[in-house]
Amino acid sequence: MSGKVHSINKPGFLVYALLAAFVLGSVFPLYWSYVMGTVTKERTLQSPPPLVPGGHFIDNAKRVFDQIDFWSALLNSVIVSSIGAFSVVAFSTLAGYAFAKLRFKGSNVLMAFIVMTLAVPTQLALVPMLKQFSNLGLDGTLTAVTLPWLVTAFGVFFMRQYLVDAIPDELIDAARVDGCSQIRIAWTVAVPAARPAMAILALFTFMSVWTDFMWPLLVLQNSDVQTLQTALDKLKIAPGQGLSDLALLQAGTIMATIPLLLLFIATGRHLVSGIMQGAVKG
Amino acid sequence: MLKTSPQASRSPQGPSALRQRLSRWDVKYAPYLFVAPFFIVFAAIGLYPLLYTGYLSFFSWPRFGGTVGDPVGWANYVHVITDPVFHKALVNTVGIFLLSSVPQVIIATVIAALLDTNLRGRSWWRMSVLLPYVVAPAAAALIWSAIFADKSGLANQMLGVIGIDPIGWHTDRFASWTAIATMVNWRWTGYNTLIILAAMQAVPRDLYESASLDGAGSGRQFWNITLPSIRPTMIFVIVTSTMGGLQIFTEPRLFDTNLQHQGGANYQFQTLTMYVFNTANSATDPYPRAAAAAWLLFLLIVGVALLNFVITRAIQNRGAR
Repeated sequence: MSGKVHSINKPGFLVYALLAAFVLGSVFPLYWSYVMGTVTKERTLQSPPPLVPGGHFIDNAKRVFDQIDFWSALLNSVIVSSIGAFSVVAFSTLAGYAFAKLRFKGSNVLMAFIVMTLAVPTQLALVPMLKQFSNLGLDGTLTAVTLPWLVTAFGVFFMRQYLVDAIPDELIDAARVDGCSQIRIAWTVAVPAARPAMAILALFTFMSVWTDFMWPLLVLQNSDVQTLQTALDKLKIAPGQGLSDLALLQAGTIMATIPLLLLFIATGRHLVSGIMQGAVKG
Repeated sequence: MLKTSPQASRSPQGPSALRQRLSRWDVKYAPYLFVAPFFIVFAAIGLYPLLYTGYLSFFSWPRFGGTVGDPVGWANYVHVITDPVFHKALVNTVGIFLLSSVPQVIIATVIAALLDTNLRGRSWWRMSVLLPYVVAPAAAALIWSAIFADKSGLANQMLGVIGIDPIGWHTDRFASWTAIATMVNWRWTGYNTLIILAAMQAVPRDLYESASLDGAGSGRQFWNITLPSIRPTMIFVIVTSTMGGLQIFTEPRLFDTNLQHQGGANYQFQTLTMYVFNTANSATDPYPRAAAAAWLLFLLIVGVALLNFVITRAIQNRGAR
């Protein structure tokens, strides 16, 4: 009897073996990309394919630098993602707090509206935004890449869900009895309580903006300004380069992935708990 | 107002009455002040473009034209719906979507069940399955494109070892769908695993204990307790992966080896979002036609998401009975 319950709780060898196989399968493409980025262009074409790293990563990296402006693309990605993360968190915390804890006419309708827009694909807004920004003379600029990321409906939804439970109503009532204005209550009660959720929302927004490809590709297509993702596209389509030169392309891919790998090492635990708390949407 | 504080009733006039009124305004109107910044920005970058897409889809707008041209009724929609490339893109999108979402949900559920045990190094395992998620889709597409290269890619070389002829990953329609679906599955399976794992951990443990007292093995427990309990999460995962899967763009775009970016020489893996993108760059009425295609894509997503929801509920209701 207790042995049965026990067997559910204590995983056997097979569980570890299956999980290890899954993790190895997940990591392998990344490893192989690194291997391809460390051998010569000629070696990538030979059979059998290389499976252990070679010593040519620096050479390949130098060729990446010749081909694309890697550092400015990296800087651009950092700028755009940071602004997006900061802005989404600021707007979402304020609005999410109001929806979670304050009573006002129309709040239910407005919240339902926000939830509905979660289902709308971004492509739907693509064309007018492109036209709008080119009318304003913004196409090909970082501003145009950033603007659509200033607020997200998901951010408000997420902060509301979190703050409903995170702040006791009595705390707000008590502050009000003490004569605190609403804005002071928001600052002294809501913001401290929201801090963990703000960090998670910032992290995931940062990653969403960083990995976004379609919008920057569309708005930067005739521009020298690039993000890391569109720079990879440039690397791929450069004449006689990416498609025929896997060493160059994979070296660039790995270089572009390193920043997020570092972020993952630093914040992986928070990413895991954020996803498990329902912090994110696909 | 029925309730007033004692202090207010004692001094009905003077500065404290003014303060009282200010405070009431504060309570009443401050919430609007808090949500207004979001809605103002959202109206400009989200809502306005959305509505304008709908408006635009009923007009002509020549390439390089300054403004909207004549109203054309449903002509843009008719053009898109009768476009053979749109048909191909529709079939491709649904095919890639099925090849990515179905295995993804099944594998994620299995891995989540494996993780929902008393593992050693629990957080390490959880982080490990999430690793591919931090690889940007563009990077993932370039990595897998190399693996699925037509002549001497790693996939074909490995198949050669076991005596299978090289597969035309880019030229064959179904093979190209498989390659693209693999990229999507690689990046998202671990992520969905964690969402499902969270739901599994919320299942009360004593349900399992009493089931095993009744002699139910772990397989039956999984089928009769775990799956019904995590139903809302499964629906969430399936609906969100539907919305994501039908919008796929980055992977097929970067998988393409020709520079027209039409999704293979024969449009064999052009997706609907690629169609919208390419139409916005095309020669005749680019914007209105792209707008019409975008609205059709939206309707498809809503339709499939609803269908998913209904089917998942029906299946799981039957399973629960």
